[in-house]
Amino acid sequence: MNFTLKIWRQKNAEAKGGMVSYEVSGISSDSSFFEMLDILNQQLIESGGDPVSFDHDCREGICGTCSLYINGRPHGPVKGVTTCQLHMRSFRDGETIHIEPWRAKAFPVIRDLIVDRSAFDKVIQAGGYVSVNSGGVPDANTIPVEKSKSDSAFDAAACIGCGACVAACSNAAAMLFIGAKVSHLALLPQGRVEAEKRVQKMVACMDQLGFGNCSNTYACEAECPKGISVVNIARMNRGFLKAKLMADKAKEIRDSM
Amino acid sequence: MLMYSSITRKVLMALAGLFLVTFLLVHLGINLLLLKSDGGAAFTEAATFMATNPIIKVFEIVLFAGFLLHIFFGMLVSGQNRAARATRYECANASDTSFFSKYMFHTGIIVLIFLLLHFIDFYFIKTGLVAPPPGIERHDFYHRALLLFSSPWYSLIYIAGFVSLGIHLNHAIQSAFQTLGWNHSHYMGTVKLASTIYSVCIAAGYSLVPVYLLLIK
Amino acid sequence: MTRLNARIPEGPVADKWTAYKSGCKLVNPNNKRKLDIIVVGTGLAGASAAASLGELGYNVKAFCYQDTPRRAHSIAAQGGINAAKNYANDGDSAYRLFYDTIKGGDYRAREANVYRLAEVSNQIIDLCVAQGVPFAREYGGLLTNRSFGGAQVSRTFFARGQTGQQLLLGAYGALSRQIAAGTVTLYNRRDMLDLVLVDGKAQGIITRNLVTGEIERHAAHAVVLASGGYGNVFYLSTNAMGSNVTPAWCAYKRGAFMANPAFTQIHPTCIPVHGDFQSKLTLMSESLRNDGRIWVPKKLKDVERLRHKDIKPSEIAEEDRDYYLERRYPAFGNLVPRDVASRAAKERCDAGYGVGATGMAVYLDFSDAIKRKGHDTIDALYGNLFQMYEQIVAESPYETAMMIYPAVHYTMGGLWVDYELMTTIPGLFAAGECNFSDHGANRLGASALMQGLADGYFVLPYTIGNYLASEIHTPRFDPSASEFTAAAEGVSDRLKQLHNNKGKESVDHFHRRLGKIMWEYCGMARNEAGLTEALYLITELKREYARGVKVSGGLDEYNPELEKACRVADFIELGELMVRDALQRKESCGGHFREEYQTSDGEALRDDEKFAFVGAWQYTGRDAVLHREELQFNEIKLSQRSYK
Repeated sequence: MNFTLKIWRQKNAEAKGGMVSYEVSGISSDSSFFEMLDILNQQLIESGGDPVSFDHDCREGICGTCSLYINGRPHGPVKGVTTCQLHMRSFRDGETIHIEPWRAKAFPVIRDLIVDRSAFDKVIQAGGYVSVNSGGVPDANTIPVEKSKSDSAFDAAACIGCGACVAACSNAAAMLFIGAKVSHLALLPQGRVEAEKRVQKMVACMDQLGFGNCSNTYACEAECPKGISVVNIARMNRGFLKAKLMADKAKEIRDSM
Repeated sequence: MLMYSSITRKVLMALAGLFLVTFLLVHLGINLLLLKSDGGAAFTEAATFMATNPIIKVFEIVLFAGFLLHIFFGMLVSGQNRAARATRYECANASDTSFFSKYMFHTGIIVLIFLLLHFIDFYFIKTGLVAPPPGIERHDFYHRALLLFSSPWYSLIYIAGFVSLGIHLNHAIQSAFQTLGWNHSHYMGTVKLASTIYSVCIAAGYSLVPVYLLLIK
Repeated sequence: MTRLNARIPEGPVADKWTAYKSGCKLVNPNNKRKLDIIVVGTGLAGASAAASLGELGYNVKAFCYQDTPRRAHSIAAQGGINAAKNYANDGDSAYRLFYDTIKGGDYRAREANVYRLAEVSNQIIDLCVAQGVPFAREYGGLLTNRSFGGAQVSRTFFARGQTGQQLLLGAYGALSRQIAAGTVTLYNRRDMLDLVLVDGKAQGIITRNLVTGEIERHAAHAVVLASGGYGNVFYLSTNAMGSNVTPAWCAYKRGAFMANPAFTQIHPTCIPVHGDFQSKLTLMSESLRNDGRIWVPKKLKDVERLRHKDIKPSEIAEEDRDYYLERRYPAFGNLVPRDVASRAAKERCDAGYGVGATGMAVYLDFSDAIKRKGHDTIDALYGNLFQMYEQIVAESPYETAMMIYPAVHYTMGGLWVDYELMTTIPGLFAAGECNFSDHGANRLGASALMQGLADGYFVLPYTIGNYLASEIHTPRFDPSASEFTAAAEGVSDRLKQLHNNKGKESVDHFHRRLGKIMWEYCGMARNEAGLTEALYLITELKREYARGVKVSGGLDEYNPELEKACRVADFIELGELMVRDALQRKESCGGHFREEYQTSDGEALRDDEKFAFVGAWQYTGRDAVLHREELQFNEIKLSQRSYK
């Protein structure tokens, strides 16, 4: 198969970038999207050019490293997969493929198609955990957990932190990412204890980082490679309101806002 | 209010929006009285009640506050949303999302412009800010409405305004439920259906008056 | 050759760890703040170690090459994590887990370490549940277990097919909490390129900032390497693209011994190779073998027709199928350990019965299971794996048999460590897959996650304290000291040399060639002639690499080609050491199968008289020198592994 690629090239964070066209030919339909880009890079190296930088690591759809906004869709045209699981058979022979980095103020471009997603780390650091130390915890079966709750918690916890939700959102909002973590922990009795504090701190941090506001277009859910539901956003909103209206306001939360 | 968190802002906007939604129904009820062939007696009676009752007077202030709050937060949130993506994509977004949800800001602006026109035509005349057209008394909404709807152009603008409002509402109502955290797999389908039915009823109900007056009378 | 002392505590094996913990030295909380610890790698072992050490009050610096700690390759582990909870009431105990692990490792692991691993396994589950890891549960709300990887008891805890992800996110949460608390500083997108020794002790590392290209110096009182395994030496493996041996290799070149490098695990249930441009292999959880039946056709003419897609596998009659695992190992059937299952697949394919376009695949068939348990049950158990398979191969496992072939998955070898997980360099510790310790010559399923977390959460916090208690008078190091300057300059020179090379071929070209040599001669089956050939080929390759590699891009910018160039240079040297180790070990055990040493029915033949030792290699600059740690088996009687 042959393709025309239009790829965003940008030397570094400060440089001005632009779309550049490339041609690749003789690509097997069984090759993955990244194997196709590997071939392009091999060509560029051989001809003395500068290979295209893109983030990738596990190449099996779980690490969340890969990104790429392909033809107007994060992770490309196939629903429920990451870019690394995308295969060229999902494209037409001779097609022009536009490849851009994630675009969000909170995700600045580092180079070419690579963006800095450390804003996600910061949100997790604001409270996306259960505050337990490595010792002194009770036996794992001490607290039974309703199976349906545990399953819903897993559904939310399946997030791979790739940022497709932010990339797809017309407002570059991170509500699905944060809603998923808040829901995962709030659904379990172990995480319930500090749920109110957690949701307030994580939302405050999210606001500071420059993500947009949710306008419920649900593009995030449509593009999430792990199919995480917007029900998690509603659950976070609910938890947030409850915390705002009913919980004692801890000093540290006030300080963080 | 600028310091409110993103969720708080959205919640206030949703609550104000839901409040406006209930108002639309009351207003529609009065409008439909125009269709009654009694020379405007019922309509005028209702309009007079609305204009003079002291409880409604208080309610009117709340209503204005609701409008202002909803519009203020709508503008603020949209501004922030644009800023959150400083560099736009080269390729338009092709994600599989509902048509209605994408144009909330645009339909909101159209409705706002329409609202201003509507104020000039009715509310400002009532309050004396704008002079009434010759031959029509300042509180005579019935003849004022008949006069306006006798113009096909005005009627068309009016209908366009309410179609935009319908589009806005279709997403807005179920979106407000989501924002308030009332999204549950058992009920969300019903909420979405109700929100579509409501928005169609509002758009059709309001449009019925000019259509009836132009075509049938 | 010296005999290595693992400094195993005295006493019965079941009491050793308790005795150690009671006797080890402690560091006063006020002093912990003054002590710095570097942790390289943020997978299960690294993240758990950094978080636990931070909780104790040490000043920790955590490094990863990924953009965030949550992406470390532990995340890809699917199947589960073992623990001797005996929740299933089926007779499990710490002793049984210990016994199974030693036996599964073909008696090439150290008893004391393995017992400790089995002992702390239960604490791991308790902690992870407390962290909010959503393990699978029964309707009654309690945790559920499954039997995994040929174990006779149900001791595997799991979170659908994403156990590694959920455990890593738990550890990442704990790490994030410490970062927020200020006890851990995170350095992401960093490659460790050298270890710094001062007075013979590990006192720091040299890193390259992958975004800016800056060479950075970091000093500390102790260094923990948790940088994972070296499966990518085979080019194609189930490891992440960035997984590399470089941190461990730097340590090796600075004097840490590399133990049992030839012990690699080939996982039997991977998606077969489909072409030359392929960049990596995808593993599917071994849990598939619980319900899937593995077979190849009995008749060669069927094989031909299948390869040309003239017929479908479902059209082969039952009596014409060779369920070779069930035939050869009636007791365990499709659930034999990984090394046995992998070799059996290779044996059938080498004999010409392999299917698929390349003839390098066998069937894993779910049609019986779907008939027996129903589509919905199978979907609930394996739905996500089937989906993954379909995405890659474009065939639905519900409709036709899956095709699988073994692939490199895990490396049991690694830096030699003593009971305290300290390498031969004082102050340098190694944890998780990076060390050689607990799996002997073959790792059992669901044991890697257990070992990584055991090392990080429950072993290192004690053993590092024991070491650092004597370091409280050592002041914070100044990274401008001469040792740091020398190391940093060495790294810069090496990068410049690679970059200035006027070669023609890309880094990947050499990596692919290395992978082919390793897979051919040092893969599932090895022999003296092949290994000798490999030694020659690798020496050749190394020479060509030095003058023939082409590294594009600049030194002071984001440059993945330069990163790869360093990694592949180390892989080539490692490949040579692996071959030497495989040559040295004149026996077959676990994942190391020497064709010269097998029983009459083709099973691995150990030589406990001569080879019941850990082979630890010392770098000398020329040929590496082998040291031995003799393995003492006091609790377990050595026997021939039999799964018949």
